[in-house]
Amino acid sequence: MSEYVLELKGITKIFPGVKALDHVHFQLKPGEIHALMGENGAGKSTFIKVITGVHKAEEGEMYFDGKQVYFKGPKDAQAAGIAAIYQHVTSYPQLSVTENIFMGHEKVQKGRIQWKEMNKEADKLLMRLNADFKATDEMGTLSVAQQQMVEIAKALSMKARIIIMDEPTASLTKRESEELYKIAEKLRDDGASIIFISHRFEDMYRLATKVTVFRDSKYIGTYDVNNITNDDLITAMVGREINDLFPKPVVKIGEEILKVEKLSRTGYFKDVSFAVRKGEILGLTGLVGAGRTEVVQCIFGIEAYDSGVIYMNGKQVNIKKPLDAMKLGIGLLPEDRQLQGLILEWGIGRNITLPIIKELGKYSLTNEKKERAKAKELAERVDTKAVTLFDKASSLSGGNQQKIVVAKLLASDLKVIILDEPTKGVDVGAKAAIYDIMGELAKQGYAIIMISSEMPEILGMSDRIVVMCDGRVTGELKREEATQEGILEKAMAKTQKVAQATE
Amino acid sequence: MTKQKRVIIAELEFSWKKFFLKWEWFLVLIFIGVNILNICVSPIDKGTRLPIYMSLSGLFNATLSFLEKAFIALPMAYILVLGDIDISVGSTVALSAVIMAESYNKLGLPMGICVIIALLVGTLCGFINGFILTKFTELAPMIVTLGTQILFRGIATIILKDQASQGLTNVAWFSQLYWGKLGAVPYIFIIFILCAIIFGFILHKTTFGRRLYAIGSNRIAAEYAGIQVQKIRCIVFTITGTFSAVTAIFLASCMGSARPNIASGYELDAISMVVLGGISTAGGKGNFVGAIIAIFIIGFLRYGLGLINVSSQVMLVIIGGLLIGAVMLPNLNIKGLVKKKTA
Repeated sequence: MSEYVLELKGITKIFPGVKALDHVHFQLKPGEIHALMGENGAGKSTFIKVITGVHKAEEGEMYFDGKQVYFKGPKDAQAAGIAAIYQHVTSYPQLSVTENIFMGHEKVQKGRIQWKEMNKEADKLLMRLNADFKATDEMGTLSVAQQQMVEIAKALSMKARIIIMDEPTASLTKRESEELYKIAEKLRDDGASIIFISHRFEDMYRLATKVTVFRDSKYIGTYDVNNITNDDLITAMVGREINDLFPKPVVKIGEEILKVEKLSRTGYFKDVSFAVRKGEILGLTGLVGAGRTEVVQCIFGIEAYDSGVIYMNGKQVNIKKPLDAMKLGIGLLPEDRQLQGLILEWGIGRNITLPIIKELGKYSLTNEKKERAKAKELAERVDTKAVTLFDKASSLSGGNQQKIVVAKLLASDLKVIILDEPTKGVDVGAKAAIYDIMGELAKQGYAIIMISSEMPEILGMSDRIVVMCDGRVTGELKREEATQEGILEKAMAKTQKVAQATE
Repeated sequence: MTKQKRVIIAELEFSWKKFFLKWEWFLVLIFIGVNILNICVSPIDKGTRLPIYMSLSGLFNATLSFLEKAFIALPMAYILVLGDIDISVGSTVALSAVIMAESYNKLGLPMGICVIIALLVGTLCGFINGFILTKFTELAPMIVTLGTQILFRGIATIILKDQASQGLTNVAWFSQLYWGKLGAVPYIFIIFILCAIIFGFILHKTTFGRRLYAIGSNRIAAEYAGIQVQKIRCIVFTITGTFSAVTAIFLASCMGSARPNIASGYELDAISMVVLGGISTAGGKGNFVGAIIAIFIIGFLRYGLGLINVSSQVMLVIIGGLLIGAVMLPNLNIKGLVKKKTA
């Protein structure tokens, strides 16, 4: 037996236009709980998918029990004894617990499913986990924590030796988390190794003995949990040098243009208030799931808000659909460019002019000539790599697709521009170009709201930063007073305190 | 901003190869094939010693056999471009025709008013479909229109039981709608061509048409671009109802009566015409010219097969086979042979 049950060396994974993992290392000992930490987009999820055989790495080696292995798909990884439990439980709510546990590897004899035997074994597994429900219960009637237990039972039923938990505590209460810790410890004592991904420091201190940090798709280091402090860890997670990637121009900030007051949407966010001025770039940050996207979707009229008021130029406005927002001069660059921003099968020209076809023509007729002229002008302005206006949007890389969505946004006559993760999954070159355009727009007097999870971007581009956590605004910082640590503290407001308490 | 500007080409280079590889040319070939077949099987006129089919009046007579249902195919093309489907149109035809005939026979209203009533009934049926589908966007159009398909025909059957409402032939101008001709050209042909031009023009030359393609290609992105997706869908379903009523009017004019069981299966005829024309049920694809050619292909094929007394069952087999073969062809991956045109 080798020292490590799982070892990965020099793993590199490339998606079109982006390096998602760059020569990453990882070592897992038998009977170890190993935390994996990093910012959003640091490459943790991609890394897990490489381990579980969902993605194939372009470079690097993977050793299981000291032997080199190649997983062709998730089935191979499962057969080897690797199981993953995801944040959002992927189960069949209408089926029983037993059916969920044995899905895909049912016990069959002579073509008949052995229900009795399976129920018995499922109950045995649940007992081992101290579960307070039965194998015959319907999955949908269980709580999230209980459903996670079923997922763990499923992993055990497949005799998993390595269990990967991707943010398992994200939607659990404190007591439920405590239950989960106990289960994890029990599994460890039984000899399983656990990889634990979490944004909560509390989880890591409570459970893990080792912690590996990823940043910007790269391996930063592996530390002993006992010898590391919060500050060290935060520095490891975010501490990168901010160079002049961010050409933030000095702009004279004008009068207030858009203001939201006590905006609430049940189940998503509550009492969110902020304002943005002409020429200002307002950074809106927080962890994934803090409610940032939901807030701007309400401002743009995609979703309806329950209470609160939106003011435009000091006047109360009623936004019910995107068209209302666009007429008021509010534009949104959506988070998912392929799903929400582009028609992939269309040429880039038609994509760019889609929101303004009516304005370009007369009597509701389309005016192809004007459309092409406008599209050409905008496509050249954002400097996309397309050759003609008829290149399909799907043929471009992530960064160039994003530039097209920006061009589409610029086509309309706007006053407020909302950018939801404008550089997500975009390579460095395109990132710089997008920052360039942002700076230019601020100079021209546009008010800009930028949602971002990337610290350097938030710090580098924003005049003011609003931090959200769990659907509420937890802080507002001026450009001068903002630090990475300060923002992270506000974004993790609650869990941070608990972490210090347990220290 | 950047020092070196890239220049983007804004003119589409014309290529003969691309032009002739369009799906529509393939349809033209099938169309010619069908007509050659029809000429071969057509009876010979004693006087001119030419096939009857080849005469102008023969050709126009052939169109009479299918044009009334082609009116549904026009808005059906819009529905498929949107990525939706409507299988209630046959029942809408029956309900509109029955109410129109009963308004004339039972209520004694003037025929002109009855025609308007039919249009209103059809429009209302379409609006009901559109309203349900756009208020409850989670519902599948196939299921909702299956429900209204049964519902509308049910209402028609309650009104008339299994009787026919006859006597529409008494109104001369009403019969003329279907049977009347301007020279050799039937009125219905002229009206259809006018409607087809308007529908094609709207689809390809107006912002409304462009929006239909946008919604069909990516409904979510269309919404983010400020397009009122649900409003447009509701409008298109409503228009489909109106044109089902147009079909009802011509059908009643043809038969001189209305029954609750008429026009059953028209929805599938209309859908197959449009799909053969290259408009995919997945939405966002296809060209109106293709749909028009396909209407005439299926129509003439049926007429020709009728001339040689092919039973209607065998006819179904042939048309079904043609449809499957035609839609399969672009997916056979023969390099550059036939490509469906994207919007």
